Amino acid sequence: MKSILSSRQLAITIRRLAHQILENHIDLEHTVLIGIQPRGIFLSDKIVSEVKKLLPRKRIQYGKLDITFYRDDIRKELHKANHTDITFPIENKNVILIDDVLYTGRTIRAAMDALLDFGRPAKVELCVLIDRRLSRQFPIQPDYVGKAIDSIVSQKVKVEWKKAEVVLY
Amino acid sequence: MQLSTRHLLGIKDLTPGDISTILSTASQFKEVLQRPIKKVPSLRDVTIINLFFENSTRTRISFELAEKRLSADVINFTASSSSVAKGETLLDTVNNILSMKVDMVVMRHSASGAPHFLAQHIPAAIVNAGDGINEHPTQALLDAFSITEKTGKLKGTKVAIIGDIMHSRVAQSNIYLLKKMGAEVTVCGPPTLIPKYISRALNVEVSYDLKETLEWCDVANVLRIQLERQNQVLFSSLREYSLAYGINRRMLDNLQKDIVIMHPGPINRGVELDSDVADSKQSIILQQVENGVAVRMAVLFLLSGGRNPSDN
Repeated sequence: MKSILSSRQLAITIRRLAHQILENHIDLEHTVLIGIQPRGIFLSDKIVSEVKKLLPRKRIQYGKLDITFYRDDIRKELHKANHTDITFPIENKNVILIDDVLYTGRTIRAAMDALLDFGRPAKVELCVLIDRRLSRQFPIQPDYVGKAIDSIVSQKVKVEWKKAEVVLY
Repeated sequence: MQLSTRHLLGIKDLTPGDISTILSTASQFKEVLQRPIKKVPSLRDVTIINLFFENSTRTRISFELAEKRLSADVINFTASSSSVAKGETLLDTVNNILSMKVDMVVMRHSASGAPHFLAQHIPAAIVNAGDGINEHPTQALLDAFSITEKTGKLKGTKVAIIGDIMHSRVAQSNIYLLKKMGAEVTVCGPPTLIPKYISRALNVEVSYDLKETLEWCDVANVLRIQLERQNQVLFSSLREYSLAYGINRRMLDNLQKDIVIMHPGPINRGVELDSDVADSKQSIILQQVENGVAVRMAVLFLLSGGRNPSDN
């Protein structure tokens, strides 16, 4: 087992991601943040609270998206469906999808399908905490990366939110 | 995550875990039905046939909508306009349909046990949409979903099932489900319409007094008198039944609390429910119908997934 991000690094990384998002979308005027259920929500909650510190007077549009019904492997295995909560229109908005680990890209593919059922966004960007490079099965790349790592298929990346660290084992 | 059964033949075969899984999945589908595009692609590789050997409005439309909102291909079959009228057997009819590559069968039949018989002979997954006087599992699931939505929980909730218990598959499925999930159940109706040993067999309370039952319960699920299944005289007239077991506004006003009124439909207005009760704020009859689509989507989704099609 190897530590990828310690709890101090994790806090700094999340703060950096929040700053990078605001760098590109100055006051989030036409931008919405959407966390992917279930594990992306831990990260998106933290990013949103960092963004709120930087924009205290702004009402941030933040939603949660579940992709269970859009997965391409439901004939092989069923996953528990979680709640989708998007209470605002995404038509012509910039959407930033947030997930914890980007691996094969299949989750993000499903998330984009799910997202389009809510409207036609102007632009979709992707923010991830860990980018497992070299293991993609779809042409999908992140726009905001906490940390990029090289890993092999037999390894697992786990974000331990309770202990606030990221480990590879 | 997977149900413990390949078919949904009745609530009797489900575990409490299965029931919770179906209800929680249904609440996610209910959100899907509020979206601008009320559709998900989960079942786009699945073909479903709706085999209805008995009349139905709500259940058939509800299943068809559920299937279409899951992107399944749908075929509808009604017995009256088919070769069944020429004397083809049930098994032959179904096997002929399945040879055209159908993956799931939704079936309603007037004979109790018809879907169980089919399940032993064909490879497709079967959903029982009502069989004779046996079970109507999706109705019980949508009733439970509606109760949970209204009262917050099933465990400990006091549910009265009122009316023709003897001929009602809805009553039987509801009793199985509510008991499995820890609710308290009382059945109420005239002695001729309540099976003699029901309290011992299904562990429910029996009452012949409507007023007393309404005072006890949190939720009253009122059933229709199934004249089409009664081949002997069980009460003297509908008017007499209505006087003894019909629910009217005054009765509800005299209670100390607001109870929830449910009905699986179709309603015989003025018999088991007066119009001003059926259309009142306490009634969740139309919410039941709305929830029916989400619950059936959950059942079809959970039965279709997690298994390799070549396993069948």
